[in-house]
Amino acid sequence: MSLYKYSFWEVIQHSFSKDVWDQVLPAIGETMYMVAISSVFVLFFGLVLGLILVMTGKEGVLPCKPVHTVLGAFINCFRSLPQVIIIIVMLPVARAIVGKSYGANACIISLVASCVPLFARLVESSLLEMQKGKIEAAKAMGTSNFRILFQIMLPETLPSLVRAFTNAVVIVISMTALAGGFGAGGIGYIAVTYGFTRFQHDVLFATIIVLIVIVQLVQVTGDSISKMILKKRHLI
Amino acid sequence: MSEMDNKSFIEVKDLHKTFHDKNKSVEVLKGVDLEVNKGEIYGIVGFSGAGKSTLVRCINRLEEPDSGTVRIGDSIITALGKNELNKERRKIGMIFQQFNLFDSMTVAENIAYSLKLAGLKKNEIQVRVDEMLDLVGLTEKKDAYPGELSGGQKQRVGIARALANNPDVLLSDEATSALDPQTTLAVLDLLKEINKKLGLTIILITHELEVIKYTCHSMAVMEDGKLLEKGSVKEIFEDPKCETAKNFIGVYNKFRSDYWEEN
Repeated sequence: MSLYKYSFWEVIQHSFSKDVWDQVLPAIGETMYMVAISSVFVLFFGLVLGLILVMTGKEGVLPCKPVHTVLGAFINCFRSLPQVIIIIVMLPVARAIVGKSYGANACIISLVASCVPLFARLVESSLLEMQKGKIEAAKAMGTSNFRILFQIMLPETLPSLVRAFTNAVVIVISMTALAGGFGAGGIGYIAVTYGFTRFQHDVLFATIIVLIVIVQLVQVTGDSISKMILKKRHLI
Repeated sequence: MSEMDNKSFIEVKDLHKTFHDKNKSVEVLKGVDLEVNKGEIYGIVGFSGAGKSTLVRCINRLEEPDSGTVRIGDSIITALGKNELNKERRKIGMIFQQFNLFDSMTVAENIAYSLKLAGLKKNEIQVRVDEMLDLVGLTEKKDAYPGELSGGQKQRVGIARALANNPDVLLSDEATSALDPQTTLAVLDLLKEINKKLGLTIILITHELEVIKYTCHSMAVMEDGKLLEKGSVKEIFEDPKCETAKNFIGVYNKFRSDYWEEN
């Protein structure tokens, strides 16, 4: 159903019909798969890189300027590329790693390449927000650098890290949709193929609804986990 | 008397520290000498920017001094390697103006943290934590989070955490400066009690002279990176030599003078 032939209201109504959702539902599964796998990678590598950034920084527990500078510059390089360009650039890399440059698994490679640097910076800013005094107290007790990182800094900043990860996942979702236009499949593919190329605006609306609902769910879940931790600690 | 008995317990010799900024450097410690006897509460008073905080932080090397030595008991703190320093730090408790408790841990977990570092067994830790809670009078707050506590209670937890590992020394970095007068008094009473009970040596820095007068045996007056005057609290109060000490005691007396008498 196109907006050029039918009224806005008719298209909206039809976007809830069974034949539209028969097309959209399998795509949701694909999107969820890409988002879930990418998010796990983003969480792990983002945390590691973020921790290294903070650790090697000037005020960090293990200052090391060369590592800090090189890693920072590397992250900035990836951060300065728009997502579309990262997807294109990562196509050959994806082919080298997963064997083909299209499909969900290839998409995950570019999602990770784009969102890990982002999340690393978010982790860095969360950890840097922590009061220096707590680190000093831990040092004064004779705590080793690694213990300070894992037993003090991570637990202390957990609420903020949860929020940061929520933001990262939302960006992963939006980028999944974008990658759909480059052969990744999922919601984005449906939106581009039916909504854009074939003027099936009812399908387009359905994808919009799906994306809004998914992002809302992620955001609400992340926010409430973060709040729950703060409440438990009586910080709000 | 053996040689050990003549030696002071803590000895700081010719300590220098300069902070370098982008375009200027500030010499914060300009050759500080300090001797503190075992079991003594030693107060260091000075206006803000005098360098007291840097001095006390050089004692456990939260700040690395540029030159000079710090000795506590038989160990030369300034000569220790990283791992040895971490081990030695477990014998030096420290409390802070902002308490610096870990918000992610309960009161009991905060106190237990240094014991875990020291590698104690779980049941030993529990016994010790209960002892410390009893000492600072917070047994009923065992499972509370620091976020639920008042300032005074937080500092009590800070003290319990600092003392859990049976340290020889307690460093107090403006520990009562964020507390109201009544709570300050309670915390100082607790420090005095601990000093008597455990024979703990305490170095206390503050900008409030009444804190020193109430708590300390000996004191030093610090200004501009130097200790200008050292002696027993009584001596300095009765006969201050340097301008800064006179100034401090002048202000102190003025606050305590009778308003009705003067007007």
